[in-house]
Amino acid sequence: MTAARVRAWLLADAPASRAQARLGRVYLGVAALSKNPLAVVGLVIVAALVLVAALAPRLATHSPYGQDLERRLRPPEDAHRFGTDQLGRDILSRVVYGARVTLAIVVLVAVIVAPIGLAVGTVAGYFGGWVDGVLMRVTDIFMAFPRLILALALVAVLGPGIVNAILAIAFTTWPPYARIARAETLTIRESDFIAAVRLQGASPIRVLWGHIVPLCVSSLIVRVTLDMAGIILVAAGLGFLGLGARPPEPEWGAMVSEGRQFLLDQWWIATIPGAAIFLVGLGFNLLGDGLRDVLDPKAR
Amino acid sequence: MDVTVTTPAGTGRGAWPPAFVVRVGRLAVTIALTFLGLLFVTFVIGRVLPIDPALAILGDRALPHVYERVRHELGLDLPLYHQFWNYLVKALRGDLGSSVLTGRPVIADIRQFFPATLELATFAIVLGVVLGVPMGVWAAVARGRWPDHLVRVLVLIGYSVPVFWLGLVGLLLFYARLDLVAGPGRLDVAYEYVVEPWSGIVLLDSLRAGELRVFRNALAHIVLPGSILGYLSLAYIARMTRSFMLAELGQEYVVAARVKGLSEARVIWRHALGNVMVPMVTVIALSYAYLLEGAVLTETVFAWPGLGLYITHSLFNADMTAVLGGTLIVGVAFVGLNLFSDVLYTFFDPRAR
Repeated sequence: MTAARVRAWLLADAPASRAQARLGRVYLGVAALSKNPLAVVGLVIVAALVLVAALAPRLATHSPYGQDLERRLRPPEDAHRFGTDQLGRDILSRVVYGARVTLAIVVLVAVIVAPIGLAVGTVAGYFGGWVDGVLMRVTDIFMAFPRLILALALVAVLGPGIVNAILAIAFTTWPPYARIARAETLTIRESDFIAAVRLQGASPIRVLWGHIVPLCVSSLIVRVTLDMAGIILVAAGLGFLGLGARPPEPEWGAMVSEGRQFLLDQWWIATIPGAAIFLVGLGFNLLGDGLRDVLDPKAR
Repeated sequence: MDVTVTTPAGTGRGAWPPAFVVRVGRLAVTIALTFLGLLFVTFVIGRVLPIDPALAILGDRALPHVYERVRHELGLDLPLYHQFWNYLVKALRGDLGSSVLTGRPVIADIRQFFPATLELATFAIVLGVVLGVPMGVWAAVARGRWPDHLVRVLVLIGYSVPVFWLGLVGLLLFYARLDLVAGPGRLDVAYEYVVEPWSGIVLLDSLRAGELRVFRNALAHIVLPGSILGYLSLAYIARMTRSFMLAELGQEYVVAARVKGLSEARVIWRHALGNVMVPMVTVIALSYAYLLEGAVLTETVFAWPGLGLYITHSLFNADMTAVLGGTLIVGVAFVGLNLFSDVLYTFFDPRAR
């Protein structure tokens, strides 16, 4: 009975508060998403990533750094479900802790990139003219480099390491967000309520920050979710090339690279962390696809 | 945007200069600015870096007056804007500096390494187009049924898989276990230096020299990395073809063609796909450009002596001139392909002319 009432409250035609209206929209979105089995699978994978990262100390059977040279290169067995690597470290534990590294990279890149894209895009779109011209040209130039290559050159300059890898990825990821924010701003700018706010004497900063930015955020969030898989792949690529996390940090890409020389005889060292990257990438892609279907039925 | 779009058909025909020339001209200006930006970015990266180019040549224990002289010879004592100008002029002349590692001009190195990347990327794009376009069409026609789902899953895997991991798994399966393909590298050692390099593309050179054994060996080497890269471009191409096809199949002219009694095959493959191929030109050019990126990782896995391997190898030897030169060339290729696709687009689409 209560469930039905909650549902009725969520779907009310005339919500009594802003919160009610928002929750109602979220509910509809979740309902639509749950009808898409692939998106649910994606959601489960992403949720699993978060859980594994949070519960890493409990899930790991060994220390991710602990070496045991007498038990090196062991195939998957009971004591080591995914086997051990060239230093006798337990691969399962390293993969589990690697979830933290991956999650940290994705979250940090998103946190850095979204505000930059938002700032550049909304300013360019709102002011137009030469400001727009200059900012968009700069954006174009950054888009003219393939992401991995530019990130590679940047990490080469900054020095390898996880923080620099994150900065380099962020540096090469923001342009599309600026484009999206600009496009949104261009349509919002002409609406009547913006004109009304302006007539009341609001400063450009107030108009941008208080009225335009909040409206751009949702499309940006969707785009970030869609991009997560790409960010993970670039980060793993940098790790694989030896430019991401430094050893002995359990970063998946770097783990694949370490296992390379043992590929033919001890296949598990390189392939298992790679499978983890693949799985998480797939999860974000499935979720992103589902989200896009829900939020933008035209793009199907 | 374009003024000519609003002029009625016919009147724009005889105008001089033709609309598409104006469009291409405008594009050329944009591209020139972008090139300038590319050079600026690589210049800035080159100047912020903590590696002192003079020290990289001389080593740490250089005498102060020698150090000063080398700095002067490299132009490092000039103001930054002057240095940028010198860099710009040199780059336009095709001089990207000398590699510290090989001691040769970077551009000569790149000329030597680039054909391998070109060969790999071309192999991949041919595969991607030949398989990806029909798959996209198939998925669009069978929308919501199993072929559509199958293609969707294949696309999603292609978007999610780390290419270096796929390469390793491929080597493990098809080379080590099944022995179906050759291992890393472009050729077996026995076949190296058999064929005189002409274009630098082994598949072409061996055919030209009539060395079929070399050709077969080169093919056995390229099949795996080429197919893996090809799969990535296939995913992108199939996805785009599908969505363009869906848009076209909903158009009225498709209904009209069907009403006229054309066979379904003709409606789909000639009328609808014919229109899809116009935007697809851009997609294909773009995915060709992205293959340059995927090539960096694939080349590392397969020890393929291309531009990607050159860049990473230089990177680990602190040879920044070479890294930045390579980065610049990739950027230029990227922009060039974009320009090329825009020009082709103008050429193929009568509305844009």
